[in-house]
Amino acid sequence: MRNMYLYIAVVALVTYAIRVLPLTLIQKEIKNQFIRSFLYYVPYVTLAAMTFPAIVTATDSIWSGVAALVVGVLVAWFSGNLFLVAISACSVVFLVELLIL
Amino acid sequence: MNRKQFFRGVRTGIPISLGYLAVSFTLGITAKNAGLSAFQATLTSLLVNASAGQYAAFTCMAALSGYLETAIIVGVTNARYILMSCALSQKLPASAKLWHRMVIGFNVNDEIFGMAIAEEDKLNPYYYFGMMAIAMPGWALGTFLGTSVGNILPGSVVSALSVGLYGMFLAVIIPASRKSKIILGVVILSMAASYVLTVLPLTAAIASGTRTILITVVLSALAAVLFPVKEAEEADA
Repeated sequence: MRNMYLYIAVVALVTYAIRVLPLTLIQKEIKNQFIRSFLYYVPYVTLAAMTFPAIVTATDSIWSGVAALVVGVLVAWFSGNLFLVAISACSVVFLVELLIL
Repeated sequence: MNRKQFFRGVRTGIPISLGYLAVSFTLGITAKNAGLSAFQATLTSLLVNASAGQYAAFTCMAALSGYLETAIIVGVTNARYILMSCALSQKLPASAKLWHRMVIGFNVNDEIFGMAIAEEDKLNPYYYFGMMAIAMPGWALGTFLGTSVGNILPGSVVSALSVGLYGMFLAVIIPASRKSKIILGVVILSMAASYVLTVLPLTAAIASGTRTILITVVLSALAAVLFPVKEAEEADA
């Protein structure tokens, strides 16, 4: 039998190390232009890759997922308000599934 | 000043916290199925704050995997945080203290990172702390509810809430794409690459965390070579 608390400790330590080491070890501003540019693009690539196609398969129906993507992109393009984008995406999923499921 | 930044962070964190509540609710159900008590699952959420990482961890616990194996799997699943933490280290002002960095390191994850990087100027640590202060209880509470009261929410509500986090991602990348054609291209290419790797039989078996790292490293490097960023543009976007 394995100890759940030992598991939790292992998982917490590994995760904290991954997050805190780059934050504490890289204190100076990086001068290298390639690395600067690389880090500049990282968030956009990461978030885009995590959003699609995952958003389409996250809900009970592929069509409500597609609707969430389309509405989310449109609202984000024209307003950019975080809360509004999230609420619109959730609402459209609820409405579409009400209609088709 | 710091107080003001803290409460601004709390405001930004409210929708994140609500989204977390929904996601961690489903995560709590996973934890329960893996054999964790509500206390153990909630403790994990408080200490780890990572969706895919915790999902991987609970799967390992359910299978009674070795501790080393669990550590490696969780490490790989969470490896994208290395890149995020590197980016955050550059976003912090020179005045940020070591303890600021150590506290921030406790909760680097996709949503809070997205909001932090969307700051126009340097990142004020207190703004980050504010987001953490509201987001972390949401994450822990959702896990607790998921493990303790199970399927009390109707399925249609869970389904609707599950896109909330993606909505937040879109709120970060889409406005930036509107401002910059290069970012627009990078975003479209990233989504296309992610789609192709997900459906190709050869690469479909790659875990989603690993896929994200792969795409991030390759495409960010490519963009950095083709469109190196000058200081002025960095401040602009």
